[in-house]
Amino acid sequence: MNNAVKIELGRRYRFSASHRLHSPHLSEEENCRVYGKCNNPYGHGHNYVVEVSLSGDVDPATGMIANLADLDAFVQREVLEEFDHKSLNEDVPAFREKVPTTENLCMEIFQRLKNFPTAKLERVRVEETGKNSFEYAGDNQEGNRP
Amino acid sequence: MVLLTRKTEFSASHVYHNPNLSAEENRRIFGKCNNPHGHGHNYTLEVTVAGEPDPTTGMVLDLKELKDILEREVMQRMDHRHLNYEVAELAGQIPTCENVARVIWQLLDPKITQGKLHRVRLYESPELFADCYRNGANPAVKR
Repeated sequence: MNNAVKIELGRRYRFSASHRLHSPHLSEEENCRVYGKCNNPYGHGHNYVVEVSLSGDVDPATGMIANLADLDAFVQREVLEEFDHKSLNEDVPAFREKVPTTENLCMEIFQRLKNFPTAKLERVRVEETGKNSFEYAGDNQEGNRP
Repeated sequence: MVLLTRKTEFSASHVYHNPNLSAEENRRIFGKCNNPHGHGHNYTLEVTVAGEPDPTTGMVLDLKELKDILEREVMQRMDHRHLNYEVAELAGQIPTCENVARVIWQLLDPKITQGKLHRVRLYESPELFADCYRNGANPAVKR
């Protein structure tokens, strides 16, 4: 294998969920000013795209960093089943106390996926819409790549 | 430092099969990608070169030159080809997205002499891609 090149595998998943941006530490006016229409009391939804990047050795027997079926099943179990067609505020315990901004969502997904057993999680990138995206690589500075 | 990216697309077929494994193991590991007659994808390749713009031309490298390198090294080798049987550089390897991306990196790296190859990203589908970087390269280089 050629060690001059570092290879990463990227896989995209989609889920749809609702959220409301509202901080209990702010007044009604401040919430309204900070979050604008995202503070609408009944919430709203997005089609999220989650991009997961993994690194590791390419197994010469399979040509793979990670078996996609294993990765898909892991992401399905850890993230999609709990987030898809849910209210992030009401249905995901992590967001009872934390505002479900996509920054926080990205970090939460990273925490849920970082123990994937057969390859190293480099970073998680979440698109809230086609125009907004967020990336998180944990403490892993190597993961902060373009 | 400026990063310049050129995108191109090619279509190719492949099959995942390791002759050292049993038929059942091949099916278990590779699933439908093990279908003996193969299948194909529209690949999208993004090649990113890093460098300082030349003060005279304002360019990191001439895009036409990069286009010609991609045509010669990648398109002529891989477009409308069977990756298992027609690409010598992939002989003996399973033509996964990871391995095809690495071969493309190895083909392009010595040919790009103005600026430095920074990243090869190969999409096998919109949902699956592989990235190659120079190992040990400064990860602080951002977009």
